[in-house]
Amino acid sequence: MVKIIIGLICLLIILFSPVGYNVITGRTGYIPLLKTPQYQGDCVEGTIYMRKRHMEVLERWRNAYVRDGIKRYVSINGIYNISLTGTCLKCHSNKAEFCDRCHDYGGIKPGCWDCHHIPEIKAEK
Amino acid sequence: MNRRDFLKFAGVLAFGIAAHQSVNLISQSRARDEKKSTKAWAMAISFSACARREGCRDCIDICHLIHNVPEFDNPKDGLRWIWASPYESVFADQTNPFNRGMLKNLSVLCLCNHCDNPPCVKVCPTKATWKREDGIVMMDYHRCIGCRYCMAACPYGARSFNWRDPRPFIKNINKDYPNRMKGVVEKCNFCEERLSQGLIPACVDICPEKALIFGDLNDPDSEVSKVLRARFSIQRRPYLATGPRVFYIF
Ligand code: HEC
Ligand code: HEC
Ligand code: HEC
Repeated sequence: MVKIIIGLICLLIILFSPVGYNVITGRTGYIPLLKTPQYQGDCVEGTIYMRKRHMEVLERWRNAYVRDGIKRYVSINGIYNISLTGTCLKCHSNKAEFCDRCHDYGGIKPGCWDCHHIPEIKAEK
Repeated sequence: MNRRDFLKFAGVLAFGIAAHQSVNLISQSRARDEKKSTKAWAMAISFSACARREGCRDCIDICHLIHNVPEFDNPKDGLRWIWASPYESVFADQTNPFNRGMLKNLSVLCLCNHCDNPPCVKVCPTKATWKREDGIVMMDYHRCIGCRYCMAACPYGARSFNWRDPRPFIKNINKDYPNRMKGVVEKCNFCEERLSQGLIPACVDICPEKALIFGDLNDPDSEVSKVLRARFSIQRRPYLATGPRVFYIF
């Protein structure tokens, strides 16, 4: 009987150790800090919409560009050239501190960067 | 609501629906009209002009540079969008012995023929390759699963497969154009990305001898239409009924 209870307690400790780790390191309410651009202009759609739907925007861009030959995207915020590297990453030039930081948090690995290029980050002071 | 009001309401509703439908129809027909005014891109390559500069690789180099086509040491890994091959292998079916003797040392520029009736498109299981309205046989690298049926189907060897990760083998990366990755097939796209900006293909643009002539076959006044009407031209293996859009003139 005692053995079973000790076993169960050990199991619970192991199960909840990740939570415990976060409590100890003070990261329970952790939200990735994103480095948003220095306002060179508005995002292609609203911020909230982009947060939820940027993958759909990118898929639409991709299909429009490659399959339908449409090279420009019109939204209420303006007209954008359809390009992952040339448009998204021109503003969000610090991919590591924006896209990657959020994707790491969510455990997502978009496989775009085998082919699409990442612009060099201009040295910041 | 009395009977009179009901009839008025129903009338307005019916009118509204009819108006909506007719607006839809008009806008659809306009969209269709715009689609009709398409091009038919084609190329003519002059043997004699090309042969004037022996060993010139300008068109190959510029194409492979702007499209991030890597260069491997081992030719088995090799990728090519545009390349030069001896006459007797490119035109192995032209058996006239006198022509063969005369053109023995000729090296012929080859690229995707952007066929009218492309066999690669028929076999592609994911529709990753398809023919556009303007005749360009496009690749959607996002859909390619690397089955290589298209390579088997293409009678011109215009497609190559990425056996290895190409990125380390690209000498100067052009960040404006994505490269490909291990496991996809790639080929010439008639510089579709330049055409959409109103530019002609890079190989045509750079040729110092103007050996490459590019244009719209639907436009009788385009240079390529005029040249093909005026001069004797041949196609690669036309009897396969693929309808190549790359023509060779002497
Ligand atoms: C003209 C510059 C610009 C372009 C181009 C641009 N963005 Fe943005 N993006 C912004 C700005 C500014 C914000 C808002 C940041 C804020 O409100 O804190 C933003 C916000 C976002 C967000 C939400 C971030 C958050 O706080 O949750 C995502 C996701 C995003 N962009 C993705 C993209 C993608 C994908 C593309 C390409 C399709 C793109 N952006 C193109 C400037 C741009
Ligand atoms: C196998 C390589 C490859 C992968 C992986 C890939 N792409 Fe692409 N993508 C390309 C190529 C090549 C083009 C240019 C096609 C053309 O011009 O004909 C392109 C074009 C695009 C375009 C439009 C033009 C441009 O330059 O951005 C978008 C948007 C795009 N891809 C989005 C994505 C997204 C999002 C992902 C990841 C989910 C992705 N791609 C993964 C090869 C790739
Ligand atoms: C606010 C957090 C956040 C930011 C910032 C962000 N993403 Fe995402 N992204 C996500 C989430 C969450 C998903 C997964 C959504 C899902 O799977 O439903 C995702 C999915 C994607 C996908 C689709 C992946 C797939 O495998 O289908 C692409 C492509 C993508 N993001 C590109 C980008 C790019 C490019 C940027 C930077 C310009 C960016 N994202 C910035 C949160 C973010």
